[in-house]
Amino acid sequence: MEINKELIQKIAQNARLNLTEEEIKEFLPQLKEILEAFSTLDKLNTAKTKPSFQPIEIKNIYQDDISEPSLPQDIALSNTKHKKNGFFQGPKAL
Amino acid sequence: MDFSKDQKHFKMLAKDFIKKVKDKEISVIKNTEKILKEAKNINKEYSYFNFISEEYALKQAQEIEKSIKQNKAQGSLLGLPISVKDCICTQSIPSSSGSKILENYIPPFNATVIQKCLQEGAIIIGKTSQDEFGFGGFSTNSAFEIPKNPFDKTRATGGSSGGSAGFTQATSLPHISIAESTGGSIVNPSSFCGVYGLCPTYGLISRYGLIDYANSLDKIGPMAKNIEDIELMLNTIKGQDPKDSTSLNQELKKSKIKKIAIIKESLGVDKQIKDLILEKLDSLKIKYNLISLPITQRYGIQTYYLIAMSEASTNLAKLAGLTHGSQLHLKGTFNEYFSEVRSKFLGKEAKRRIILGTFARMSGFRNAYYLKAMKVRTLIINEYKKAFKKYDLLVSPTMPILPPKFSEIEKLTPLQNYMMDILTVGPNLAGLPHSNIPAGFINKLPVGILFIADHLCENNLIEIGKKLK
Repeated sequence: MEINKELIQKIAQNARLNLTEEEIKEFLPQLKEILEAFSTLDKLNTAKTKPSFQPIEIKNIYQDDISEPSLPQDIALSNTKHKKNGFFQGPKAL
Repeated sequence: MDFSKDQKHFKMLAKDFIKKVKDKEISVIKNTEKILKEAKNINKEYSYFNFISEEYALKQAQEIEKSIKQNKAQGSLLGLPISVKDCICTQSIPSSSGSKILENYIPPFNATVIQKCLQEGAIIIGKTSQDEFGFGGFSTNSAFEIPKNPFDKTRATGGSSGGSAGFTQATSLPHISIAESTGGSIVNPSSFCGVYGLCPTYGLISRYGLIDYANSLDKIGPMAKNIEDIELMLNTIKGQDPKDSTSLNQELKKSKIKKIAIIKESLGVDKQIKDLILEKLDSLKIKYNLISLPITQRYGIQTYYLIAMSEASTNLAKLAGLTHGSQLHLKGTFNEYFSEVRSKFLGKEAKRRIILGTFARMSGFRNAYYLKAMKVRTLIINEYKKAFKKYDLLVSPTMPILPPKFSEIEKLTPLQNYMMDILTVGPNLAGLPHSNIPAGFINKLPVGILFIADHLCENNLIEIGKKLK
């Protein structure tokens, strides 16, 4: 797969980033170099290897079904200026 | 600036300081005033703090001194000043994780490690500078002032916990810093600033309240001027936390050091660094062997960065100018608004890592990059586990170079930057505890020696640290 401007723009859109032309121009050769280096992992045969999503095995953690106080509404809203009637306020949905 | 003044306190262990506080030989208020004054002075030149919490610290000191007078005071960290890396949430103290997108974010809660420290009587003097979200190895990716090496202001502190390491070296008073590591961000700056740093077994210390970089890699750990202080803080903040489902419910193993091995591939570093490390090891008078870790050394960097960037790109998706963090005037659709906020307030390295991480997880590429890295991680873990069947500690230099000048760092490509983590990514990927022990100086710049132990064998690291004093 070729790493080109169109691919970077598509990825940026997925990631909710508006990259400028200068950023794309700067990132393109850097990303090519980095991905080429990362692709050396292909040399390793991992056909029968399980992935390690954690470094130490974690088993299912359970907790008792007991309700506890949650964050008060005013505290939850304390770090935003976009709020109305006790709700977070966002831009238009469509 | 002469960091060696006030020699009487310079070498005082935290536990001795705390005893003097409890015996009423040291005034907590006066000591807190003293370290705050020192921190502000140092910060003018060295930028180790994003925020000095003067009012908060003095209020804490007053409460503690009041309880001491009433003979009610207790706590294993009573009156001890601590600094905290800016990615760890501290209630009512700004926590930006080195990023403009979280500038002026005031957490409504304490991270579990902070809550534990406060319950034991510690005093938070400020939030230390770092690379944005931990993205870097020199602390030069901070959105704010960049910290400078305490031994040479034209050089970097290392990163990403650069402010923590720098201040730990620079302060003349008893103090411990709480830092964080994903790929080496505790031991790297510890090495470059000549202090002790310990990164624990993954899950030993709760991550609740840590502004995450990569969930399967992040660990919180202490930095200090001596190994005894490291031990004190480790034992205070470890333990299972119901708020962190990845935290462990297991005890540390007793120390046992019979066999040590140097990682053969690590000896290709600068000859002066290699010679200093070997000299330090010889002083232990413990026989050591050579061990080869070919998969870790050849593929560790790629594996680490693919996993870290993939996880980071997911974690940073929550920063969109809505519930907290920097915000703009609401306009356009959700996607338009989110994109505008993120583009304006995230730094260049953050954007680069988000792009790479998003790519690695995308349909069509996920198997080749993200899943492949997770499988190679298994191979790396197995390589270490095999080594620990034979040896109790593995050793290498912590960093392949001396602390570089800022002018040298500017010339590095992103890939060259990433390659600096060659010696530290391995234990971080495998969740193994590891520590930096100051080994000496070359050209008046500090060099560190890296020790790696098996899971839950932190006591081996403590013991070797005491032997090497």
